Amino acid sequence: MSAVTAAEAGLLVCHACGLLSRPATGHHLACVRCGESLHVRKPDSISRAWAFLIAAYVLYVPANVLPVMETGSLFGSQSDTIMSGVVYLWHSGSWPLAAIIFIASILVPGAKMVALTVLLISVQRHSTWRLQDRTKLYRMVELVGRWSMVDIYVAAILTALVQFKALAMIKAGPGAIAFGAVVVLTMFAAESFDPRLIWDPVKERHG
Amino acid sequence: MARESSDFDIPEAVAAPKRGWSPQLVWLIPIVAVLAGGWLAAKAILERGPTITISFKTAEGLEAGKTKIKYKDVDVGEVKTISFTKDLSRIIVTAEMAKGAAPHLVEDTRFWVVRPRVGAGGISGLGTLFSGSYIGVDVGKSTTLREDFEGLEVPPIITGDVPGRQFVLRSQDIGSLDVGDPVFYRRFQVGRVVASELDKDGMGVTLKVFVNAPYDQYVTPETRFWHASGIDLTLDAGGFKLTTQSLSTLVLGGVAFEVRADAPASSPANANAVFTLFKDHTQAMRLPDTKSSIYTLVFDESLRGLEVGAPVDFRGLVVGEVAGIGVSIDPVEKTIRMRAEVNLHINRVEMSAGSAAEFAKLPSDRKSRADLLVANGMRAQIKTGSLLTGQLYVALDFFPDARPATVNWKVDPPEFPTTPGGFQELQTMLHRVAARLDKVPIDKIGTDLHQTLQSFDKLAKRLDSEITPEARLTLEEARKTLGTAERTFRSDAPLQQDTRETLRELSRTAQSLRVLADYLERHPESLIRGKKDNKQ
Repeated sequence: MSAVTAAEAGLLVCHACGLLSRPATGHHLACVRCGESLHVRKPDSISRAWAFLIAAYVLYVPANVLPVMETGSLFGSQSDTIMSGVVYLWHSGSWPLAAIIFIASILVPGAKMVALTVLLISVQRHSTWRLQDRTKLYRMVELVGRWSMVDIYVAAILTALVQFKALAMIKAGPGAIAFGAVVVLTMFAAESFDPRLIWDPVKERHG
Repeated sequence: MARESSDFDIPEAVAAPKRGWSPQLVWLIPIVAVLAGGWLAAKAILERGPTITISFKTAEGLEAGKTKIKYKDVDVGEVKTISFTKDLSRIIVTAEMAKGAAPHLVEDTRFWVVRPRVGAGGISGLGTLFSGSYIGVDVGKSTTLREDFEGLEVPPIITGDVPGRQFVLRSQDIGSLDVGDPVFYRRFQVGRVVASELDKDGMGVTLKVFVNAPYDQYVTPETRFWHASGIDLTLDAGGFKLTTQSLSTLVLGGVAFEVRADAPASSPANANAVFTLFKDHTQAMRLPDTKSSIYTLVFDESLRGLEVGAPVDFRGLVVGEVAGIGVSIDPVEKTIRMRAEVNLHINRVEMSAGSAAEFAKLPSDRKSRADLLVANGMRAQIKTGSLLTGQLYVALDFFPDARPATVNWKVDPPEFPTTPGGFQELQTMLHRVAARLDKVPIDKIGTDLHQTLQSFDKLAKRLDSEITPEARLTLEEARKTLGTAERTFRSDAPLQQDTRETLRELSRTAQSLRVLADYLERHPESLIRGKKDNKQ
């Protein structure tokens, strides 16, 4: 790989519209075309990503321990955590549904956080290990992030729909807030991470 | 566009004002997350209540992680796990209680599973049909904390928060009673039977009844309890009697209590006071048996139809009852003595006297009182209470003609004199008549009668042979005589003619006499002067 990167050439790429610009004098630069501020790399990318990621890790615990949905009906009330819902579905024979919820709500957020952690650590250590795979991994993290919100959507829709007072009522539990926060925070973390950092060590080694 | 730039046509970026916030602020987010997570964790730890274990016979309807523990229908805990005891005889429910419940998990706190139950007394726990069973709690009053509980298999009838008092009843058998059956006072339901168990020695049954406040104040030491179960159909010397407490007791049974009308007023009984549970109302209302009131009655007659409990009656007033029946045979004297032991409350027969002074002279103790009554002719006798059922009872009455007798105080219980009963007397009399009839020489009478009849026969024969022909002659003579007489008296007979002539003559004579008498009346002088010549 001997292609010259924009950074090496002393040029900047706009994150928003992709316009290549030459740096001007002054500390803070903005894109000529769209006005977005310009950086060689996203500023504080790694520390921001870390901040969001740590927050996500912290909230991942209550998201899974606290009930996501509280169901109250004529015949008693019940509160479910994500895992108890999965277990219930699994026991009642809805294996595909159980699998979907397990993957979307437990596995994916967890995997995403792990993936981001791996990316961040490798970038900090200027690793050149499996560059392309790591880039693919980052793309997947970005792509899959929003799908984790399925659970929150379900809870939100049910909460809005099932409100028959004494007969049946569904409330979003504190776990839902935590879970939503986890998903949003991981999305922010992925957003803050600059994938170009993965490739930066290549030139350093070469150069 | 002018291509004044170096290599390519790359525009130059423009300078922009500095962003308003420091990039370090992003670290606030994980700090907030940690704070929030920490707060949640702390809250969870602080709100965590005690963990207890409850053992049950079966885990029917219980679900780990789902089943709630409720006090007055408010969740106070949740079942976490269900496991077995080591010997697999029971299940152990581990439950996490709410924090506030901790001080109430004491020695006498009770747990039971609320399931739908259908009993004769009603249906309960219907809501659990849909919501699933839950564990009910009744908070105890003890102060000793406890963590391992033994769950009740049936819900308690009375929970600890109901005011009232519990009493203990002892009975021979449980009858048709069951836990949960009602307790009545004047046919008003005031409580329930809360427990029943067989005594350890197997000789009786102990029941616990709970009487709700404020009705518990009506239970005094003098209160009598009795079985008000089902239909109380009694058939005794008094005839048929049908008693029930309430319609539900027909099916369910129950306990009733009442204070004897003549009992002294007293303060309410203590909780857990022990009472006897009588078989029925009549028994419950009887005077207590005291040693001093028992007498023996000895009869010669059969006691068939006399039952233990039969009344002792004094001119319609029940003054006691039969307490026991027995027989003693004396092989030496060859006597059979039918013994009836009676509970006699002679004091129920009040004594009165003309004046206070005389009254004071009357004996007051039982012994001399009984002696006085017996001296005046009081005797006991067996009487038929109901001809329909043949039930007997003991009657007391005065028999002035009775042979003199006294109460035999030497034996225990003392022997009260008796007299044969009315029916018995009739029987004895018939016996006597029969015995006398037996003595009549019927054979001899028969022979004599036979001889008499034979002589009658002879007489008849003689009459026939000797008297009959003569009689016939006599009759013929008589007929002849009558014929003559008839002829004589016929209308055309000469006698008749003559008689008629004579009568006519007589009539004329009378006429002449009347004329003469008239003339003499008008002319009395004619007697002397003679008839005046009246030639007209």
